[in-house]
Amino acid sequence: MTPTLSIDDLRIAFSHRAGSVEAVDRVSLQIAPSECVGIVGESGSGKTQVFMAAMGLLAGNARATGSVRFEGRELLGADRAALNRVRGSKLTMIPQDPMTSLTPHLKIGIQLAEVMVAHLGKTWSDARSSAGRMLERVHVPEPKRRLNQYPHELSGGMRQRVMIAMSLLCEPSLVIADEPTTALDVTIQAQIIELLRAVRGEFGMALALISHDLAVVAGLADRILVMYAGRIVEAAAAGALFRRPRHPYTAELLKCVPSISGPRSARLPTLAGQPPRPGEVLEACPFAPRCSRAAERCRVERPQLGGPAGAQVACHFPVSDD
Amino acid sequence: MIRYFFTRLAGAIPTLLIIVTATFFLMRAAPGGPFDQEQTLPPEITANLQRAYGLDQPIWTQYGRYLKSLLHGDFGPSFKYKDFTVTELIGQGFPVTLQLGVTAMALALIAGTLLGTFAALHRNSAADHATMSLAMVGIAIPTFVVLPFLGLLFGVYLHWLPVAGWESGSIRHLALPVIALALPPLAYIARLTRAGMLEVLRSSFILTAFAKGLPLHTVILRHALRPALMPVASYLVPAVASIMTGSLVVESIAGLPGIGRYLVQGALNRDYTLVLGMVVIYSTLLIGMGLLVDLLYAWLDPRVRH
Amino acid sequence: MGAFADEAWQRLRSNPAAAAALAVMCAILALTWFGPWISPNDAHTLDWLHLAAPPGMQSSHWFGTDRLGRDLFVRTLAGTRVSMAIGLAASVVSLLVGVTYGAIAGYSGGRTDHLMMRVIEILSGLPLIFFVIVLTVIFGRSESLLFFAIGAVGWLTMARIVRGQTLSVRRREFIEAAIASGAGTVRIIFRHVVPNVLGPVIVYATLTVPQIILFESFLSFLGLGVQEPGASLGTLISEGAAEMEAAPWILLVPGSFLALLLLCLNIFGDALRDALDVRDGSP
Repeated sequence: MTPTLSIDDLRIAFSHRAGSVEAVDRVSLQIAPSECVGIVGESGSGKTQVFMAAMGLLAGNARATGSVRFEGRELLGADRAALNRVRGSKLTMIPQDPMTSLTPHLKIGIQLAEVMVAHLGKTWSDARSSAGRMLERVHVPEPKRRLNQYPHELSGGMRQRVMIAMSLLCEPSLVIADEPTTALDVTIQAQIIELLRAVRGEFGMALALISHDLAVVAGLADRILVMYAGRIVEAAAAGALFRRPRHPYTAELLKCVPSISGPRSARLPTLAGQPPRPGEVLEACPFAPRCSRAAERCRVERPQLGGPAGAQVACHFPVSDD
Repeated sequence: MIRYFFTRLAGAIPTLLIIVTATFFLMRAAPGGPFDQEQTLPPEITANLQRAYGLDQPIWTQYGRYLKSLLHGDFGPSFKYKDFTVTELIGQGFPVTLQLGVTAMALALIAGTLLGTFAALHRNSAADHATMSLAMVGIAIPTFVVLPFLGLLFGVYLHWLPVAGWESGSIRHLALPVIALALPPLAYIARLTRAGMLEVLRSSFILTAFAKGLPLHTVILRHALRPALMPVASYLVPAVASIMTGSLVVESIAGLPGIGRYLVQGALNRDYTLVLGMVVIYSTLLIGMGLLVDLLYAWLDPRVRH
Repeated sequence: MGAFADEAWQRLRSNPAAAAALAVMCAILALTWFGPWISPNDAHTLDWLHLAAPPGMQSSHWFGTDRLGRDLFVRTLAGTRVSMAIGLAASVVSLLVGVTYGAIAGYSGGRTDHLMMRVIEILSGLPLIFFVIVLTVIFGRSESLLFFAIGAVGWLTMARIVRGQTLSVRRREFIEAAIASGAGTVRIIFRHVVPNVLGPVIVYATLTVPQIILFESFLSFLGLGVQEPGASLGTLISEGAAEMEAAPWILLVPGSFLALLLLCLNIFGDALRDALDVRDGSP
C-alpha cells in the first residue's frame, strides 16, 4: 500500500549573507495511511522544517533537495498550482500558534468556508453550514455565533479548535499538527489532546504530531521519531520507545519528563549542554558532546539509522545493547 | 460602530470651530483693512464702505453675524470681486476643484496600491527597484515643476493634450493636472503599500492562508491587503492636505477655475472674506476626511471597534 | 558615538545611489559658487540683442536668456544660491526651535509635556500653506514673513523626535546624577540631553532641508515668497511656465536644477536614514 507520506533523503539548507546553514540533514521517513506518527525534538532540531518542505511553505532563502511524495505525487519543487490542489484539502496543517494563525479582520465563518469553496467548489452558504457542523464536532459551543465572530473574540483554546476544524473540512488523508498544545494553558492542553484522539477515531486520517514535549506525543502516537540537530536519531513504535529507549538522547528525554508518582523533592533531571547550532555540519554524531556513552568512534564517524523496523536507532552504542 | 462614529464627530466639531474663530479674529485684528491697497479714498466713502460691509460694528457682533451667516451657507461678499459674494465664487469654483481633487486622490490610491503590491510581490527584482526609484522621483520633484514639464512634453511637443484651459466635463483638460497632482501622494502610497505588504506577508496568518491551498490572488486580496493598507490609511489625511496644497498650484498653472486659484488671488489681493471662506471650506474637508479615516481604521482592523 | 558613526559611514559608502547623489550635490554647490566667475554675464544686465534667446554656445548665453534678455545660466545659479541659502538658514532656525521645544517638553514631562504636544498635534493637522496665506492676507507680502513661515515647516517633526529621545534619555542615570549634584535645569538640558539626541536630529535635519527648499520655491512660485527683482528657483520657474510654449528653456533650466537638487537631497537623506537606523539593521 502506498504510504500517505514518503520522505526520502531530505536536506534543507538556508542561505544567509554569511553562508549556508543546514537545518535538515538527510531525513527519511514514511507515514502510512491512518497512522499517527509523533516527531519529537528540541527547537532547532528541524522537525517543523521537514513538514514545511512537504507543504511547500519553506522560506524564500531555503534550498531543499531529496524527495517528498504525498500519496505517490512528488511535492518538492512542485509548482504552486499542484501544491494548492493538495494542501488545505488532503494534506492539511494545524500551525504552531493559534493566537496569531487566524486572519484578524476576517470572520471565523469566512476563514473556514473559504477552504471548501476553494477546494470542493461549494457555494458560500453550503460551506458555512458545513463549517458550523464541523465546529460542533470539535466541541465549540454555540457554533453559529462563533461563525460570525472575529478571531480576537475567541479564547486560545477555542481558536485551536477552530484550527483543528479547519484542517478537517475536506477530509484530509494527513493532518500535520505542529506543536498543537505549546501555546495553550495546561488545562486546555489536555482537552486538545483528547480532541485530537477523538478526531482520529472519527475520521481515521493519518496524523503527524510534532512536539518538543514527549508527554503530548505519548498518548496519541503509534510510532515516534526522535530528531536531533536535523537528523532522525531514533524511530520506534511508541510503546517500545518508552519502555526501552535505545538512543542516549531519547533516554535522557524520558528522564526529564516529571512523573506524577515519583518523589516530590527530587530535582528534575536536566540535560547538560546545548545542541549544535544549525549549520555545524558534522561527520560525527551530533549528540556526542553531551553523551555519557560517547567514545572516540562517535566523534569521527556519523552513525546511520539502523536496526529492525519498529526499533531503529542512529547510534554506535545504543542503550539497550548493554 | 455607530457610536464610535458619533464620538468622533463630537470631537471634530470643536476643532472646526476653533479654526474658524482663530482665522476670523486673526484677520479682523490685522493691521490695515481690505481697502488700504486701493488709492486713498475720501473718508466718507471709506466710512460708507465700512458700514456696508459691517466693519464698523464691534468685533464680537461681527463674529456672531459671521457664524450665523455661515450656518446659512453665506460667506459674505467678496471684498475684491465686487459683484460676487463669496458663496457664489465658491459655488462656481468648488465643483472644478472637487473633480480635480477626487480624481487625483483616486488615481493616487489605486495606482499607488497596485504598484506597491506589485513591488512587494517581486521584491528585489528589477521591476521593484524601478518602481521604487520612480516613487522617489515622484516624492522629490514638486508639482509646480512636474506640471509644466508634462505640459511641455505632452502639450507643446507631442500635441496630445491641451496645456491649459478648461471645458466643463472635458477629460483632456483634466488629464495633465490630475496626473501632476496625484504624483506625490501616489509615490508615498506605493512606498507605504510595499512596506506594509512585505510586513504582512511575514505574518503567521498569511502562512496559514497559503497552507490552506488558497490561490495567490485570494491570499493577497482577502487576507493580506487590508492589514497592509493600515499605513496607507494613516497617510490619507496628509495625502488630502497634499492634494489641497497642490491644487493651488495646479489650478494656477493650468488655468482651472477652481477655488484653489481664488485662494491664491485672495491672498495676493488681501480679500478677507474670500480667504476666510476658503479656510472654512478646506478645514471642513480636512476634518471630514479625518472622520472618514477613523471609520476606515475600524473597518480595516475590527479590533479597533471594541 | 564613534563606532556608530563609522558603521553608518560604511553603509553610506556602499550605497551607489547615495554616493551619486552626494557627488551631484557637490557639483551643483561648486557650480553656484564658481559659475558666475566662469560666465561673462551677470544676473541683471538686460541684453537687448538676445531677448528670449535659446541656449547655445555661439552667444555667451549658454543656457539662453529670458524675456528681458537676462542670462539664464547666471540667473539660475543665483536663484539656486538664494533657494539653498534660505533653505539652510530656515533649517537651522527650525532645528533650533524644534530641538528646544522638544527638549523642554520631553524633559518637563507631565502636564507641560502633554500641553506642548497637544499644540503640535493641532498645528500638524493643517497644511502650512493656509497659514501662510492667512498671514499674507493680514500682513501683506514681506520677506520676514516668508522666513518665519518657512522656518515653521520643519520644527514640528523635529520637536516630536527630540521629545521622544529626551523622554528616554531623561531616565538614564547620568541625568539623575546631574540633578542630584544640583545642576540647573537649563544647564542639564543643554549640556547633557541635547548631545545625546543628536543622532536622529541630524537625520531628520537632512530630510527637512529639501522640504524647506521645496516650500520656499512653492511660495515664491505662487508669488508669496521672494519678490522681484530677487530671484529664487521658484520665481524663475514661474516665469518659465508662463513662457513655456514660446521659449521652453526658460522653464527647463531652473526646473531641472530644482528637480535635481531636491532629488539628490532626498536620495541622500533616505540613504542616511537607512544607514543610521538601527531598526532596519541586518542580522
